[in-house]
Amino acid sequence: MVDGFVDTPRFRLIEAPPLARFVLRAPDAALKAAGKAYGLALPEGLNQGASHGERGKPGARVALHLGPDEWWLIVPEAEGPEVAAALEAALASHPHSLVEVSHRQVGFVLEGEGAAALLNAGCPLDFSEQAFPPGMATRSLFHRVGLMIWRMAPGLFRLEIDRTLAPYFVTALAEAAKDHS
Amino acid sequence: MLLIRCPWCGMDRPEIEFRHAGAAHITRPGPPDRVSDEEWAAFLYLRDNPKGRVAERWRHVHGCGRFFNAVRDTVTDVFVVTYRAGEPRPPESAPPETLPPETRP
Repeated sequence: MVDGFVDTPRFRLIEAPPLARFVLRAPDAALKAAGKAYGLALPEGLNQGASHGERGKPGARVALHLGPDEWWLIVPEAEGPEVAAALEAALASHPHSLVEVSHRQVGFVLEGEGAAALLNAGCPLDFSEQAFPPGMATRSLFHRVGLMIWRMAPGLFRLEIDRTLAPYFVTALAEAAKDHS
Repeated sequence: MLLIRCPWCGMDRPEIEFRHAGAAHITRPGPPDRVSDEEWAAFLYLRDNPKGRVAERWRHVHGCGRFFNAVRDTVTDVFVVTYRAGEPRPPESAPPETLPPETRP
């Protein structure tokens, strides 16, 4: 969908491979059990992201703490069912909700030294490294589209956008990229 | 663009991430079988419209998703203070004459 849309020496937009996504709503008391079953400790600080492994490769795990009791869990597509089963088993004694939202969103990677400046074309957040350090993840807006922004490194952003709104986002980003070329 | 401090995220965020959600600290009367039509109408429809500092509900809808309360000045649009839903309105956020009589110093 995005091939060649935004591809310059200063930044590049790549579509993520198919992934399984879950929204976990759970109290703090359930965190330890959930992290153990998931294979990655869920970040306790709000608006923090954690990961290990390589995106889309077997064993990769992503956990994003986006609301006071809300975590997004992203794993390779094939591992979705087993992760869900493991979490449900581990959380049986805690009140919680675990909802699969794999196909609700599409994932993107925006990388390059100009990535933050390009995002600022539609997102009013402060992307200086003091205000938005690597490891921070949050929901925000890009023009009229809600999106999730996770900064993995100074020039590396992982984005999640609702599937039906992704074409709008990609086109708007490509339009903004013209100002930077 | 205004910056609004989300008491859950603990940081200043752009105003377009937020939604206004009406007056704060409105208590629902009850139990329902003992509430008069007048009381119920007042709960549903009657609101103060003061000039100055008002307590409002806001939601960080394009962020952490949580509701919180904010004291805002309707004249200057300054957000005096924000605090989590369920917490009492900080007394220092309002000039004494605007507080309900029973809470005035």
